[in-house]
Amino acid sequence: MKENIVIIGGGIAGLEAAGQLIRLGYAPIIVEKSDRLGGHVAHWHKLFPDMTPASDVVARLSEKVSDANVFLNTEILFINRLKDSYNVMLSNGISIIARIILFTTGFRLFDASRKEEYGYGIYNQVITNKDLEHWFNTGEDDRIGMSDMNAVGFVHCVGSRDEKAGNAQCSKVCCITAVKQAIEIKQKFPEAMVYCFYMDLRMFGKKFEDFYISAQRDYGVRFIRGRVSEVSENIDGKVIVKAEDTLSGKPVKVTLDLLVLMSGMVCNPDSTRIASMIQLPADSDGFLKSKDNITDITASSKDGVFYAGACTGPKTVPETLAEARSAALEIHSYIQGLQ
Amino acid sequence: MFGMIFILTWCLVGAIRIIAQLPKEDRKRFFLSLVNPKILLKDIKDIFCDCLLHVKLWKRNKLLGYMHSSIAFGWFMLIVIGHIEVFFYAPHRAKLLYFPIFFRYFMAEDDSTMGGAFFFFLMDFFLLVVLSGIALAIIKRVHSRFFGLRRTTNPSFMDLIGLYSLWSIFPLRLFAEGFTADISGGSFLTKSLNHVFHAFLGNHMNMLPTWWAYSLALGIFFCVLPFTRYMHIPTEILLIPLRNAGVRIRHPRKGYAEAEIYSCPSCGVCIDACPMGVMKTHIKDTTVYLNRQLRRNNEARIEEISDKCLLCGKCTAVCPVGVEGDKLRIAQRSMRKYGITPDYSAIDTDSLVKEFSTGSGASSGKVLYFAGCMTALTPQIRKAVESVLTKAGISYEMMDKDGGICCGRPMLMAGRFGPAEEMIAKNTEIIRKSGASTLLLSCPICYKIFREKYDLGDIEIIHHTEYFDRLIRNGAISMRRSDEKYVYHDPCELGRGCGIYDEPRAVVSAAGQLVEAEKNHKESICCGGSLGSLTLGFEKRQSMTENSLHNLTVASPDRIVTACPLCLNTFRRYADRPVEDIAETVDRNMN
Amino acid sequence: MDFGFGIAPSSTINLDKVDNARFGQLHNAEPDVYKCMACGSCSSTCPAGRFSGMSLRKVILALQRGKEKEAVKMLKGCMLCGKCSMVCPRGINTRHLILSICRIYNED
Repeated sequence: MKENIVIIGGGIAGLEAAGQLIRLGYAPIIVEKSDRLGGHVAHWHKLFPDMTPASDVVARLSEKVSDANVFLNTEILFINRLKDSYNVMLSNGISIIARIILFTTGFRLFDASRKEEYGYGIYNQVITNKDLEHWFNTGEDDRIGMSDMNAVGFVHCVGSRDEKAGNAQCSKVCCITAVKQAIEIKQKFPEAMVYCFYMDLRMFGKKFEDFYISAQRDYGVRFIRGRVSEVSENIDGKVIVKAEDTLSGKPVKVTLDLLVLMSGMVCNPDSTRIASMIQLPADSDGFLKSKDNITDITASSKDGVFYAGACTGPKTVPETLAEARSAALEIHSYIQGLQ
Repeated sequence: MFGMIFILTWCLVGAIRIIAQLPKEDRKRFFLSLVNPKILLKDIKDIFCDCLLHVKLWKRNKLLGYMHSSIAFGWFMLIVIGHIEVFFYAPHRAKLLYFPIFFRYFMAEDDSTMGGAFFFFLMDFFLLVVLSGIALAIIKRVHSRFFGLRRTTNPSFMDLIGLYSLWSIFPLRLFAEGFTADISGGSFLTKSLNHVFHAFLGNHMNMLPTWWAYSLALGIFFCVLPFTRYMHIPTEILLIPLRNAGVRIRHPRKGYAEAEIYSCPSCGVCIDACPMGVMKTHIKDTTVYLNRQLRRNNEARIEEISDKCLLCGKCTAVCPVGVEGDKLRIAQRSMRKYGITPDYSAIDTDSLVKEFSTGSGASSGKVLYFAGCMTALTPQIRKAVESVLTKAGISYEMMDKDGGICCGRPMLMAGRFGPAEEMIAKNTEIIRKSGASTLLLSCPICYKIFREKYDLGDIEIIHHTEYFDRLIRNGAISMRRSDEKYVYHDPCELGRGCGIYDEPRAVVSAAGQLVEAEKNHKESICCGGSLGSLTLGFEKRQSMTENSLHNLTVASPDRIVTACPLCLNTFRRYADRPVEDIAETVDRNMN
Repeated sequence: MDFGFGIAPSSTINLDKVDNARFGQLHNAEPDVYKCMACGSCSSTCPAGRFSGMSLRKVILALQRGKEKEAVKMLKGCMLCGKCSMVCPRGINTRHLILSICRIYNED
């Protein structure tokens, strides 16, 4: 079928939707800003809850789109509305007339240096969840030494549930990611004390609770209910974390060799920029606004424009993939309806 | 006539009341200042410059300045010359107060007055000056933008009566004098008007209504004056000598505060200055409205207005008569009754001294670094300051590594003086026991109160902007100059609060190219993060911060530099380019 | 009659008996008091905490549970420095909240 379908974003949502559309007989076009497919997941090491290698997931999804038109290192310059279609101008000089656009623009990881009290970019021993995954993948990070790892801390909700950071929403995946990473740290450094500083633990997904129990029972990860407010550095270059242990009602202080900040998901400024080209509204949380947040999450307010994945809010990998599939089906029905 | 007597008694009683309300020592100081020739001379000079010539307004906007000084100075000269005329031509009547005003009505032109052509000319000239001022005032009502005012005050009902009567006084005087110009003499203005009138109105009986109208307008103006903003005219004459005598606000409503409240001319310069003004809903929370509510004793609104203010002090800095909007508000806050009073007596200062003291005891030149509460949340400032000190080879001790006692300024801003003084006493103990000779501060909020309220004897109190400037000057540290463009934001408490403007600029200039914000120095716009406001919630401050950032970035700098942890924290939340503390700038660019 | 033992005062907080009138007043003065999610940021950053055990989180909790005396005791240590308002993830105007408590409640 000749119908042009432009998929903006080559992350897992874009890949899965493209794969499904190909199976339905369409030839979607994927536009990806970076030089590789897979989005954030491609930078991750292993995925909860079964410790599936992220690279396997990306490889499996990419395989299905090997026949698709993929533009890497390409950005959207502008989109304008024609009579019953859209004209999408790409940075590589190609313009596409399409009746269907699928936004799979995803999220952006919160810039942890904006929470200056946590010292990211100021103290050497403070890293983010993404930095840690990078280290798991490559083993390259000067900040993480193999010896002398006595205590490691994880700070939940960095830039999520934080009006001061401009993001009131929960990022959903950080709690379980922290538990996963804590376990992985414990596996690498069995002697190290590992602390997780949390406000609430939100273990809502399949087998999340099992994971949490395992972290406590099998790995002895210590969970402290209190949000970290200050981080300082001692003369040895170790970081000192201050929080309140709200369960005992006392302030706690602990010296750590490594502090990992669980940067949350915030809306991708690129997706807001592109959405504004065709007057797609943003929801009150800053993410793109679905036609209906319960019954019509993949539809936008404009005909022929669809959403899938974290561009409408923080989501886990399985949720994103399910949504991408559902968006592909929605698009299929929409095209059927056009004829 | 009645108006005149009324207003004179009112002013006299008011002045005596205000002076009587002053605390004893202030009153003594005031009277002493009046016999001190130096201060007296300054009083006269200030009254002349501010009340008559409006020098401050001239600096602000030429048109606005002309409008005010033409009316005030013109009128003053009319009165003076009027008296001179009377003195010359009718000395026996000179003791009648009303006589000079209606001189032309009483006097008939004869040979002896002909010699007064020179005075007649002057009288007409100043009348013209006043009239031009009135014309400008009418234009200002309609188009305040011409006068550099984006927004102006909404006059109250009494203000309007005062305004219209003031406006009508001088045209009516012109008509009245015009009518009688052929009898009592006149000059280019009144004489020519007289010819015009005579062209169609021959009868001299017509002059009576105009003289009546003139005196009525004058009478109404003086009668309503105490209830309008024009009360600022007589009050300012009292305020200036009080201020020059060193009298300050001690009571929220009485004495000096009352003098300030009534000196407010409702000009509205503070409305444009107020950083809260970016949101239209806050316009009625500016100092001019505070003064109006204070005159009306509207307690609910007074509390609301005084608690909302950020205390950035910009209204005080721009006020043409010297009303201190920030101090007036703190004074109002001090009236609140609290059921819970803090008590810090249990804090053991000895153990705190032991915590940081390296035990070397008092040695000359020892630096004690008090980073302040806020820098615990902006660790980059602490780290940069310590790094610069270390690289410069300066030994120092850090007073609040593990948190210290608050400087007391935030408590003071809330109007709770007692607890603030307790904190001041505790910190003074610690600093004096430490044996330091220099107290280095990073937070302008601390810096202001340390300079104003702490008695640390010989210990030098210095902010790191000044300290680094000194280090660069005396060669203790040397800077590499990059071609990066920096804009420096004057924090309220450091700039307007302590008058530190040049040192930080010198430091930034040593690191790169310094550009200026649209409004800078004493007109710098508060970042919106100020601790001064008690009621302004977090979500209401965003537009103020964005407005302040917009002001900073007009010259498209690469980086925004500030010298206050609170500004840094606030700006970083919304800025589109790097924001850093001046300590970071120095640390990064030093050799 | 003395049986040689007594019934210890119950440690249960009986919410039925808590007088909410003053808390209602407080809520009127600063509606944000209901926004606290007890994360403890304010307490851990509080410089007064190390001297006096001040914890705004605990103060709010104590007032809601009718333990006004405990709350007052802690508040006497507050220095009003404003760090808590800077770290609060819910953007509560903590200084206004503290001043409002100090006005509405009293020491006895």
